[in-house]
Amino acid sequence: MHGPIGRPAYGVLEPEDLSVASRRRFLKAGTFMFGFAVLARAGKAAAQSQGEEPSLRAITPGGPESGAAFDGFAPGGFIRIPSQGKITFIIPSTEMGQGIYTGEAMLLAEELEVTLDQVEVVPAPPNELLYSQPILKSQATGGSTSTRGAWGPLRQAGAAARTMLIAAAAQRWNVATDTCFADQGRVYCRANGQSLPYGALVQAVRAQPVPRNVPLKQPGQFKLIGRSLQRVDTPSKVNGTAVFGIDVKVPDMKVAVMEICPAQGGRLRSMEDRGARTVPGVVDVLRIDNAVAVVADHFWAAKKGLEQLELRWDFAGHEKVSSERILADLKHASENGKPILGRVLGDADKAMDDADSRVEAVYELPFLAHATMEPMNTTVHVRPDGCDIWVGTQAPTAVQGAAAKVLGIPPERVMVHNHLIGGGFGRRLVAESVTQAVQFARQVPYPLKVVQTREQDIRHDLFRPAYYDRIAAGLGPDGLVKVMTDRITGGSVLGSYLPTGLPDGTLDSDAVEGADRTPYSIPNVRVDWIRRDPPIKVNWWRGVGPAHNVHVVESFIDECAHSVGRDPVEYRLAMLKDNPRSYRVLEMAARRSGWGKPLPPRTGRGVSLHDSFGSHLALVCEAHVTPAGEVRLRRLVAVIDCGQTVNPNSVQAQIEGGVLFGISAALYNAITIQEGQVEQSNFNDYRQLRINETPPIEVHIVQSTDDPGGVGEAGTVSAAPALANAIFAATGVRLRRLPIDRAALMEKGAGKRVIAPPAVALGLGAAALAWGSDTGGAA
Amino acid sequence: MKGSRLRRFGLIALVVAGLLLVAAIAFFAWPAKLEAVAPSPAQPTGRALVEKGRYLATAADCVACHSTPNGEPYAGGLAFKLPFGTIYSSNITPDRKNGIGAWSDAEFVRAVRHGVRSDGQQLYPAFPYTAYTHMSTDDVLAIRAYLNTLRPVNQAVAVNQLSFPFNQRYLMRAWKLLFMPRQPLQPDPNQSAEWNRGAYLVEGAGHCAECHTPRNLLFGLKSGQKFAGATTQGWKAYNLTSDPETGIGDWSVDEITRYLATGHTPGRGAAAGSMGEAVSLSLSRLTPQDLRAMAVYLKTIPPKPGTPGSKVNPNPPLMAASTPFAPARAEVGSDAVGLRIFEGACASCHGWDGSGTHSPYGELRGAQTVNDPEATNLVQVILHGSEIRTPQGGASMPSFGRAYNDAEIAAVANYVLRHFGGKAATVTPERVAKARREGE
Amino acid sequence: MTTILINGEAREVDVPPDMPLLWVLRDVVGLTGTKFGCGIAQCGACTVHVDGKPARSCVLPVSAVGNRAVTTVEAVGETEIGRRVQEAWLGVEVVQCGYCQSGQIMSAAALLGRNPAPDDAAIDAAMSGNICRCATYPRIRAAIKRAAGLPAETV
Repeated sequence: MHGPIGRPAYGVLEPEDLSVASRRRFLKAGTFMFGFAVLARAGKAAAQSQGEEPSLRAITPGGPESGAAFDGFAPGGFIRIPSQGKITFIIPSTEMGQGIYTGEAMLLAEELEVTLDQVEVVPAPPNELLYSQPILKSQATGGSTSTRGAWGPLRQAGAAARTMLIAAAAQRWNVATDTCFADQGRVYCRANGQSLPYGALVQAVRAQPVPRNVPLKQPGQFKLIGRSLQRVDTPSKVNGTAVFGIDVKVPDMKVAVMEICPAQGGRLRSMEDRGARTVPGVVDVLRIDNAVAVVADHFWAAKKGLEQLELRWDFAGHEKVSSERILADLKHASENGKPILGRVLGDADKAMDDADSRVEAVYELPFLAHATMEPMNTTVHVRPDGCDIWVGTQAPTAVQGAAAKVLGIPPERVMVHNHLIGGGFGRRLVAESVTQAVQFARQVPYPLKVVQTREQDIRHDLFRPAYYDRIAAGLGPDGLVKVMTDRITGGSVLGSYLPTGLPDGTLDSDAVEGADRTPYSIPNVRVDWIRRDPPIKVNWWRGVGPAHNVHVVESFIDECAHSVGRDPVEYRLAMLKDNPRSYRVLEMAARRSGWGKPLPPRTGRGVSLHDSFGSHLALVCEAHVTPAGEVRLRRLVAVIDCGQTVNPNSVQAQIEGGVLFGISAALYNAITIQEGQVEQSNFNDYRQLRINETPPIEVHIVQSTDDPGGVGEAGTVSAAPALANAIFAATGVRLRRLPIDRAALMEKGAGKRVIAPPAVALGLGAAALAWGSDTGGAA
Repeated sequence: MKGSRLRRFGLIALVVAGLLLVAAIAFFAWPAKLEAVAPSPAQPTGRALVEKGRYLATAADCVACHSTPNGEPYAGGLAFKLPFGTIYSSNITPDRKNGIGAWSDAEFVRAVRHGVRSDGQQLYPAFPYTAYTHMSTDDVLAIRAYLNTLRPVNQAVAVNQLSFPFNQRYLMRAWKLLFMPRQPLQPDPNQSAEWNRGAYLVEGAGHCAECHTPRNLLFGLKSGQKFAGATTQGWKAYNLTSDPETGIGDWSVDEITRYLATGHTPGRGAAAGSMGEAVSLSLSRLTPQDLRAMAVYLKTIPPKPGTPGSKVNPNPPLMAASTPFAPARAEVGSDAVGLRIFEGACASCHGWDGSGTHSPYGELRGAQTVNDPEATNLVQVILHGSEIRTPQGGASMPSFGRAYNDAEIAAVANYVLRHFGGKAATVTPERVAKARREGE
Repeated sequence: MTTILINGEAREVDVPPDMPLLWVLRDVVGLTGTKFGCGIAQCGACTVHVDGKPARSCVLPVSAVGNRAVTTVEAVGETEIGRRVQEAWLGVEVVQCGYCQSGQIMSAAALLGRNPAPDDAAIDAAMSGNICRCATYPRIRAAIKRAAGLPAETV
């Protein structure tokens, strides 16, 4: 079933393993590279002899320590085979719950012919040359790209290593390689019946030539891929031994709790810290331009100290920032600004003129926080000769670069110890919190763990942008969409993310993704974007562009269907004749959800469909709306075609969690700003879906051998439109603004009625009421 | 004849009107008199005086009204939103321009005890001089001595925004005629010294009646219902009389003392809102002797009925049938919104048996707040949260008003009312909306 | 000095009495399996057992623990129920990021300790105070039933 609880199947690279020197050792021991760098740039790589491969050049200038530590077989960036013990896989993507340690290990293991219990996995150190991911073109984990990006390269890496091991064994036995095969970490010979473990071949294999273009297994030959294997990271997560960034313990470490200027862009004007310094356990009070940190032996003392500080802030004009103003500004920009073209197909204007009927709507979406369960934190030790950083990050090289920039040292002198992530959702793609932590840590000689309180984490998040979108359609005589225009207005996430920014007038593809290409055959399309960067920083958020655009498009397609009196599923299917994969998932979702079957009053089904991240996902949401406007989810049915699944259970988990993550935000979440300050602060006012609001959810996976699509964000993209469409079906109220305005769903007159629990016999004695209740009553 | 009588009547009327006018002008415009003040021989001096003043300023809870949440203490600026406009508390630091540094002692004593500003203008009774008038000259001078030691804050206070005629300060003279006590409280020789000390603190510095007594249309305290409970800015100050049903008639002196000292008494619930603030800033910092004296006095306030139907039910059936970790079986699966919100956001701390699983301040059983069928404070505390910080410890509850809408707050309030108080649900979404406006 | 009984071991700690148990566990004793999520008892990530009953350690002053026994996720597997819960968690593959799961497991183990066969409503009552941002809720429900030996349901 699964291994014994207690022994994690993943490990953390020891600091000495992570040092530049030992990385050199690791990699010098190998004869060639199978990091992303080689295979992702196959053309370039082919033009270079192996010895001149830039990643090799970068790491083998013959450092003094080169040699000794790892004397096993290190075929490139991902695989380490020692002579004894477990094989180590260096996983290029960050594990943040999506199961990528397991999924990427399965890709390597499949072709290397090992089982997962023969391997340990470790996170990759920062190294763009080795681990730059082919789709994102940087060493980062996001955008539902990991499996898609790793699908080819990791299997190639495994296959090449296996081929070399087989060749080494064949040479030793003096048999033809085609009489040998590998299985479960051993090479076998059919001819002589002998076998050798990989560990016995690690010296011999180095003499083997590096194979090129090793044929990969066909889907029918997969032993691991496509099977629901136990995840490698989860045993440690059920017994408390998993180490997240916030759990890091370093000798002599102190803990810092911050207060950041309440208004983004403001500064610390003055500080009175005498009171804070008298709190037992407080050792230092540090300040930077826009924040102050109290340093103590433990978090609690630091927090108590922080409460004693008297702080004066200079909001520097940012107190004028409010979300109301920002939204008004977006509307103004939408109506008056200069759009950047996203996609044009056909002649939208003419088609609109020729349309039998037109539908128009405005949709508004709020700023959103990430609110990962693990509050943002970074542990930093600035030494005279460099810097160590312990953190859970989606972008290790961004962390390295951020620290190097603050300290003015070369990036390779920054050691990044990446850790498990207690929720990413895009938050940990940026390293601004690392910059801040290093600014504090450079002031002290000891290692400093900077932990944000939940309040800081939410108020000083970098938010998903707010949007103001005007969408219109012209319908033909059959009622189907003949033309769709969508004018999107919002800030540029890419512009905020790229260190160089995004020049004005350049399209941010993220801003239009999910609207520019829909699953439907719509002959005339014009999607454009008006860039209006808000006065606060923005960031990726789970589902990225599609999470915003698909909500608008899929809510609006529903409006179009209803405008001509057609069933939303049937209407969509009629526009999917050229998209069999999407047709199939939608048709299946309708069938599995009982689409069209009668429902109680104020109860409805809503559907959404999209093709984001290379996957096809249909979701049916069944919801009941109480007379008081409360939305009760009854059932969720998702059907996904994500091509070849690597670990189907992980796919299912991602769709379940992704859908519910999106539902949670759609129901409850908006970040609002008044006088420059974020109004939300913790889970009491940034509400999250709880288990007692969670309906049963079914995920059906279409069997496919197409290349894998992304799944980490697909469910989130589907959630809001399916929910909003269900609410419309239940109540006839079309909500075009998120989050769902539950007060707008109240029945007429309900505001004057007492919202009471169903009648319970109040007069009954306690004993009569207690039957069958939880036992063990006394506290 | 007829004409002369008329003429004479007219003359008389004119004279009367004239006299009235003169009287009115005299009444409203006569310069306020300024009595000289001097400490008694018993008044301490030096640091002892300042310390006495600090204690009394704490007892009078000056800082609560004369500070804003993030502002300098005693620098004023707190807004009082009244039906007829907004007034702001004054800067009482010794700053000579914006504070009271330039005031003479006599002017200070007159202001505190008679509601007259240093320039002779009338003060609005949001400043509770109707209570402070009972304080002795020595005590007021001691407070002055303490205030003089504060750091002067050069910070002007916002100008009041009151509509006519409420912006006419001289009209307060008429108000005072109606509502100002005729004379300071006199010790009752038939009562103990402890009782008399309690009366002095409750009626004077403590100004308990200001919140706990209903007000009439002219915003004066209804003397006939003194301490019977009242609602101010959306929060209810409960009945402090000895009424056994709705007051504190069945509380012991010890229980009252403990409540004043800590904001919580086992089986009685915890203070929140303005009372939580009064405990945090003032009462918890008074001596046990003074608190006990206050309790002794409070116990003797004659009973007057408070909110009908608000008698505390210490063990209603649904709560009795619950454990800390699970509700009564009869409620389970009821799919009620209120129960669902409670199990997610509330049960962790309060427990379904109302025991307050993590802090005594989380105890709900026996609390007036969950037994008030009007659910006034229950709705406010859910909307705005609560915080108590005493030298002995404290607790806080977050605010839920931003994330939960009116219908949801109503639902959870009704659930709590029924489960922990055995009271029928009464809260509508519109009531919650109103409470939001009032409590802001 | 305060003495607290943690996972069967008496620990002497020099901490202020109002310090929440969470920080004593994490920053003083060094048991980091118990997580900090919100600090206001709204998320349940910090859930431990105090005499077998679930408690939010982020709001529980260490002085309020007294001589009661504290059990954390590191040791809950030493009990029969805790072991079954952890196994069910892996069997159902509940975990995603895992950060909240220590608290979820502690709440679930406490539930099964007082109610060996919880129905959906009992699970709601016991588990709604635990937030999971990965929204593993359907699997948490399934895993509790599995640990209880109740018929498996589709997740």
